[in-house]
Amino acid sequence: MNGPLLLALSEGSPQNLSIFDPVSPPAESIHHLSILVLSITAGIFLVVESILIYSLLRFRRRYVPGTSEPPQVYGSMPIEIAWTAAPALVVFVLTLVIARTEWEVRVDPNNLSPELKDAKALHVRVVGHQWWWEFNYDRYGDEKLDFVTANELHVPASHRAERSERRPVFLTLQSVDVAHSFWVPRLAGKTDLIPGRTNDMWFETEHTGLFVGQCAEYCGTQHANMLLRVYVDSPEEFTRWLTDQKKEARGGDDAELRKGKEVFLAQSCINCHRVRGTSARGTFGPDLTHLMSRDTLGSGVIENDRAGKRLREWIADPQKIKPGCLMPAFGLSESDLDRVTRYLASLE
Amino acid sequence: MIESRITSEQLKPPAILPYRGLSARQWGMIAFLFSEATFFSTLIMVYIVYIGADAQPGGRGGPTPAGVLSMGLVIFTTICLLSSSATIHFAERALRRGSEASFRLWWAATIVLGIVFLAGTAYEWRELIAHGLTVQRNLFGTTYYTLVGFHGAHVTVGVIVMLILLMLALGRQVTARNPHGVELVSWYWHFVDGVWVVVFTVVYIVGR
Amino acid sequence: MALAEQTREAPPTWEAVLHEWVATVDHKRIGILYILMAVVFLVVAGIQALLMRWQLIVPRNTFLSPQVFNQMFTMHGTTMVFFMGMPILIGLGNFVVPLQIGARDMAFPRLNALGFWVSLFGGLLVYFSFLTGSAPDFGWFAYAPLTERTFARGPATEFWALGLIVSGIGTITAAVNFIATILGMRAPGMTLWKVPFFTWTILWTAVQILFAIPPLTAGLFLVLFDRQLGTHFFDPHTGGSAYLWQHLFWFFGHPEVYILILPAFGMIAEVIPVFSRKVLFGYEFMAAATMAIVFISLSVWAHHMFCVGMSRKLDLFFAASSLLVSIPTGIKMFNWLATMYGGKLWMASPMLFACGFLSMFLIGGLTGIMLAAAPFNFQLSDSYFVVGHFHWVLIGGTIFATFAGLHYWYPKATGRMLSERVARWQFGLLLIGFILTFGPMHIAGMLGMPRRIYTYDADRGWDLWNQLATIGGLIQAPSYLLFVYNITASLWKGRPAGDNPWDAWTLEWATTSPPPSYNFEEIPTVHSRRPLWDLRHPDDPDWQYE
Repeated sequence: MNGPLLLALSEGSPQNLSIFDPVSPPAESIHHLSILVLSITAGIFLVVESILIYSLLRFRRRYVPGTSEPPQVYGSMPIEIAWTAAPALVVFVLTLVIARTEWEVRVDPNNLSPELKDAKALHVRVVGHQWWWEFNYDRYGDEKLDFVTANELHVPASHRAERSERRPVFLTLQSVDVAHSFWVPRLAGKTDLIPGRTNDMWFETEHTGLFVGQCAEYCGTQHANMLLRVYVDSPEEFTRWLTDQKKEARGGDDAELRKGKEVFLAQSCINCHRVRGTSARGTFGPDLTHLMSRDTLGSGVIENDRAGKRLREWIADPQKIKPGCLMPAFGLSESDLDRVTRYLASLE
Repeated sequence: MIESRITSEQLKPPAILPYRGLSARQWGMIAFLFSEATFFSTLIMVYIVYIGADAQPGGRGGPTPAGVLSMGLVIFTTICLLSSSATIHFAERALRRGSEASFRLWWAATIVLGIVFLAGTAYEWRELIAHGLTVQRNLFGTTYYTLVGFHGAHVTVGVIVMLILLMLALGRQVTARNPHGVELVSWYWHFVDGVWVVVFTVVYIVGR
Repeated sequence: MALAEQTREAPPTWEAVLHEWVATVDHKRIGILYILMAVVFLVVAGIQALLMRWQLIVPRNTFLSPQVFNQMFTMHGTTMVFFMGMPILIGLGNFVVPLQIGARDMAFPRLNALGFWVSLFGGLLVYFSFLTGSAPDFGWFAYAPLTERTFARGPATEFWALGLIVSGIGTITAAVNFIATILGMRAPGMTLWKVPFFTWTILWTAVQILFAIPPLTAGLFLVLFDRQLGTHFFDPHTGGSAYLWQHLFWFFGHPEVYILILPAFGMIAEVIPVFSRKVLFGYEFMAAATMAIVFISLSVWAHHMFCVGMSRKLDLFFAASSLLVSIPTGIKMFNWLATMYGGKLWMASPMLFACGFLSMFLIGGLTGIMLAAAPFNFQLSDSYFVVGHFHWVLIGGTIFATFAGLHYWYPKATGRMLSERVARWQFGLLLIGFILTFGPMHIAGMLGMPRRIYTYDADRGWDLWNQLATIGGLIQAPSYLLFVYNITASLWKGRPAGDNPWDAWTLEWATTSPPPSYNFEEIPTVHSRRPLWDLRHPDDPDWQYE
């Protein structure tokens, strides 16, 4: 996880999404609870299953119809009360533990504990779309932010031992179309993005690196490819990343790029996409201002190589790569395709 | 074995008491009405959830219950419907007593009251549509027509069934010796009236 | 039927037989029709499941397009719940209940026939959507606004909603009929506390149906109004609430799973005593536990919605009330074990499936406790863990119990015994295939695999678990075919059963196999829950102890 990020991207290298390997307080609290619940249920399983197997072994015999019957036992009040009371006790204890964990995991963003309140928190508004993620960076500590990016969430690493070094992340979750769910198992449990509602969640981790997840509420055709990537950067790296993202898009420096930009702005691309600093102001699709700062395209479905090879394939026909996605193939001529790709590949 | 064995001569099972509960068809009607009750509860819950939703920020605005619902007419139709519960009760009692002519009279009165209720609703809807309230206009229209409409559909079904029974009664097929249909239809009718009391309270009093 | 056989006329033509079955109002035949309908839909939805498993066997497979995959899981879920699960249980209830309570038929035989045909037609209506070119693809719980016109343009949603409304009406009539029959038509002497346990659970299932299905019907009407009349119930862009649909759906959806499990409990409570040769331990507590489950289950629905951002207090309420269900369920489990303990266990096929039920349903119940623990649910919800869990409950619970019941009553319905050898193979394949299919799903879910994805990347580490699941599916599939073979072949090849092949104690075994259309020549009188035991043991009858 701590190795170079590109390594994690290379084909087949395994990602870790286990809920039993948490790196953030909400996921950790859930992990503790899960161990307790698993132990209790394992205990019940062993007891009941052994009684069953013991009875099967001990009392199994061939019954010949009409022969003598075993003694008939109709019931017993004390026994019934015992096996009503014992599970009731377990339920009671479990409920108390669940309550504690619930309050740990779901903090109230308007009523934070002092440590979290003073921390240099990152606030991001996440908007679910069919089938990609929009990240609106609102605030980092006291600094107000105002830029939008997509599919790859960058957050700073925290240092929980020191109060001044804590950097929790608070997400506000909304949806513009159907229900989605934000799930990066090692950071936190899932929280749904429901149209017409605003939800929130938080996490905080000291581990830098890439944490993957994906949409966990069925949201239509390409639900399977609504992938999520959370990059936890060191605070310095994160600040550098912020500085880059805040800038407007690079203008087309040379003639070729200018031509590419012209084609881009003349096509219907701008109806859905935005490139800050140009007349492209669409909001239906991902913001492309710093497209090349992202490792993947199509919400994590393919790699975004520096040469723009996959990018060109994507623009040529997204339906081949992500069938059913809402971006159609525009039937650009080969030369236009080259120009647009070159322009977009310059948006670092 | 919990108790010691008793000799077989002593083993006389306790006497079987005759069944004195409701008949199967009565239980069937109760079960059916129960399913209707959960159906209407859902619609009523949905109505309650959306009370005032149009005035919320981002709401659709448009006619409000206070603005367009006029109480005069609905109080009149409500009185009609509630008194039809009384007339159907008298009809059923008359039939049990054996006076079929009186039964037919009360029964026809019930039908007329039901039709008056429906006509009143139709008139009310026409006025509301003239005020610009349609199912599409806003959530009040959406929920109002759905709830009141489903209730009206039940009244309509009741009126049709009562008309059929009236026809059968005129053909001497519903008599004092065969009052079961009348009894069950009257239960249905009382139920539909009961639902109206709740709908009236929610729509015209609480939600207004 | 017995009378018809005695006449010397030529065997009836197939048209006559068909007409007899189509026009029948006999509860036994209607019951069998329900079961046949369920078996057909089981095969159809099973094929859909296999197609999905084949798609998921390797990462980035292109066997199914995403559109087809999404239609498959929507139809699989809808079919299994509405056109397989409920019909097979209602069918068994239809066949067994009047016999068990000593009645000649259901209270409303013609309504009964109507209910069946309406249910079947509802199922066909949903499937007709294929003829329009696309089946519904929004998942069986159809979360708004996926069902709104913006997102579901074709007519598939109309077919789906109308089909469920229509079959729901069938289900409601069945419930009304069960309640009227059980409350109003019991044999003399059979007080409500003396009804056989299966009948008791069918009664409460019927009550549960009346709680659950009409709200669904209402909700489906609202979906149709949104699409056809332009109302705004569930469309957030026009002021409606997507969130409200989730509440409406799960208010139906959770009681629905108890509709699918209560009759299973009932069958297990019939089979275990007979094949342990002991009276059911703690009947009163079992009966009370059944009622408790019905009422508690009305306040647990939002445990399907822990991730939607309810308040913490609401989360806790729904977690606690969901955990409460485990208490009556535990009572049942312990009473069954106590019934077996000290008995003479006769491991015939019904008992085999009943024991499979006990050990498998236990696991499904325990993973249910994990899911009820709200914060743990934040991780598990909508993951493959959930898929594993509910299949464990529905197959390990409902299907195993249903097979127990079908093997138990088949001799009564046909007069022939099923092949024990085939039944054992079927049991073995089902058990192994089932564990192998759904066990690994729990692990995949805990490793972050969400449900309802048509494909996944190789780097996620889910390949192995998916391959195991697919292999499990391939092992499971023939077990269902063996069952279809067994019930067909045994009609000719099965050993004659006699009236009471299992030496059982309830009234259905007091008449011939198959029973005459009027069930009993003389309506029996009963004094206890086990009238045939009383007959066999006049020196020590049951009524002394009840």
